[in-house]
Amino acid sequence: MSLAHTKSVALLGLDGHVVTVEVDIADGLPMYSLLGLPDAALSESRDRVRAAIVNCSEIWPNRKVTVSLSPAWLPKSGSSFDLAICIALLSAHETISPDAIADVVFLGELSLDGRIRSVRGVLPALIAAQKAGIKTVVVPRANFQEAQLMQGIEIIAMEHVKQVLRWLRTGEREIADEIEFAWQPTDENLDFADVAGQPQARLAAEIAASGGHHLLLIGPPGAGKTMIAERIPTILPALTIAQALEVTAVHSISGSFTNRSPTSLTAPIISPHHTTTRVAMVGGGAHVIKPGACSLAHNGVLFIDEAPECPSGVLDSLRQPLEAGTITIARSIGNLTFPAQFLLVLAANPCPCGKFTGRGHNCTCTSLQVRRYLNRLSGPLMDRIDMRVHVDPVGRVDMARTDLGESSADIRIRVIAARAIAQARFGDYSWKLNSHIPSRALRTVFQPQRQAMNFLHDELDKEHITARGLHKIIRVSWTLADIAGHSIPTLEDVEKAHSLRGGIEL
Amino acid sequence: MQRKSNQRTGAFGEEEVSKYLVHHNAEIIERNWRIREGEIDIIALYPSGVFAFIEVKTRSSVAFGHPFEAINREKAMRMQRLALGWLATHGCLGCDYQIDVAAVLIAANGSHSIEYRASVL
Repeated sequence: MSLAHTKSVALLGLDGHVVTVEVDIADGLPMYSLLGLPDAALSESRDRVRAAIVNCSEIWPNRKVTVSLSPAWLPKSGSSFDLAICIALLSAHETISPDAIADVVFLGELSLDGRIRSVRGVLPALIAAQKAGIKTVVVPRANFQEAQLMQGIEIIAMEHVKQVLRWLRTGEREIADEIEFAWQPTDENLDFADVAGQPQARLAAEIAASGGHHLLLIGPPGAGKTMIAERIPTILPALTIAQALEVTAVHSISGSFTNRSPTSLTAPIISPHHTTTRVAMVGGGAHVIKPGACSLAHNGVLFIDEAPECPSGVLDSLRQPLEAGTITIARSIGNLTFPAQFLLVLAANPCPCGKFTGRGHNCTCTSLQVRRYLNRLSGPLMDRIDMRVHVDPVGRVDMARTDLGESSADIRIRVIAARAIAQARFGDYSWKLNSHIPSRALRTVFQPQRQAMNFLHDELDKEHITARGLHKIIRVSWTLADIAGHSIPTLEDVEKAHSLRGGIEL
Repeated sequence: MQRKSNQRTGAFGEEEVSKYLVHHNAEIIERNWRIREGEIDIIALYPSGVFAFIEVKTRSSVAFGHPFEAINREKAMRMQRLALGWLATHGCLGCDYQIDVAAVLIAANGSHSIEYRASVL
């Protein structure tokens, strides 16, 4: 018999499709044709598979080889089909029993000497395989840790084609020593204790973490904006397993595990440079659609330093994911949806030279430049930012203090408590965070105390705030009330929220 | 010198393939038919009335790959044109024909093996 088939998985965004890899070996001149819309990396599989087969002392059939990946209409990309093609080919060449491989999914890229290299997207591929009723999956050893997140499916980690062949021919295999599988708690490298002074910004970070309020930090260079933003994940509650799986799946698709372990429970923080493109921010790509920064920051923090330096379109492309919590990317190969529920933290200098603090004596910018600088952040985007906090330069008093500030662990306890209070309050509603309360509910069920409302209405009359700003202030005041343990926002909470708004309507 | 040796190897291979064809009841019509565009090693007629145009590749080692790998798409298309050229000049245009290839591997001890693939296009 010169026909064999096995299975692999093609990924379209986060959606996996189980693909049947068929190999036919026919008489004729030596030829190799690969069918089923392969991209460049996949077309090169021929040379990798051939070298791997020859270097494993197997026989490459000098005949007409046809490899078909079906469904044929689905565009396929990447090197993860190498192993499946190799195994199906050897089976078609009658060196492996076809029954042994028919219902096994193989994932892995081959190196020329037959070692199996890691591939991206293993977790989403396993999810798809399980949905399709597959019982056994062979994954590269390097992806074993990630693969083990998937329960209820037999996962076989292999390092070399020879091991796979031995297993298929004799049933023997070294059981890969189970990698000690444990969710890793939050990492402890960064700590809020490192931040000197900055009580206002610390409070803002705590509120942002508790209520999911987006945050803009304005301050001169060196004041500690970046330091504060980088430490926000350390005060966020640990991810739930379901959330962590979502994060791992997205990072797996983009192949970016370099600085993040697949079993991490820490909220991710992604800080794209301000020269980033729109596609890098929201996701996209011509052949393979990859998730962008806003999806990699899913369930975590998206931190953009020097936000006004961003090309305007880039920041504004975040408006839709901020609203919906997902991002749908339309390309010719189809529409893909990635999750994108993140906490947005922007940092900005107050002016182009960065020295406009206090009365701005050191600033060398013209008043027009100063006014225009922050206006580069568009109105609709700023509308979604609940807090704009000025981070002033650290003074000698704060730097001279030898006692450290409050540690992340202490702050996190308050954040978790505040979130629990909010969740209990929202019991039946569809939202879970204070920042998500719809404005209708703010006017009816979730009004602060009478005096507090009077204060806000006075401000509204004086045109110090807008109606939109009023709602934002109430949302933040709910978070302040949760932290302080008030059952309903008091005048004090509302005044504090008002001051966190920075008194500026950008 | 080397070339002469290779030519001898090639001639030996063609001779052996001819014997093989006769043994399989084919009639050898012409050997080494040559025009400006190229050469057909063997032209044979099968008992079924089908003309076969045969390219023979002879190798004394597989160090440079399997003999069949030396026949690429371009070479196969040239054989197709040559075959039509022969049929046209011999008044047989419209007859059934096929392109075959044969590989002759000569082992170090002088024994040889023939691998024959019919109708490769």
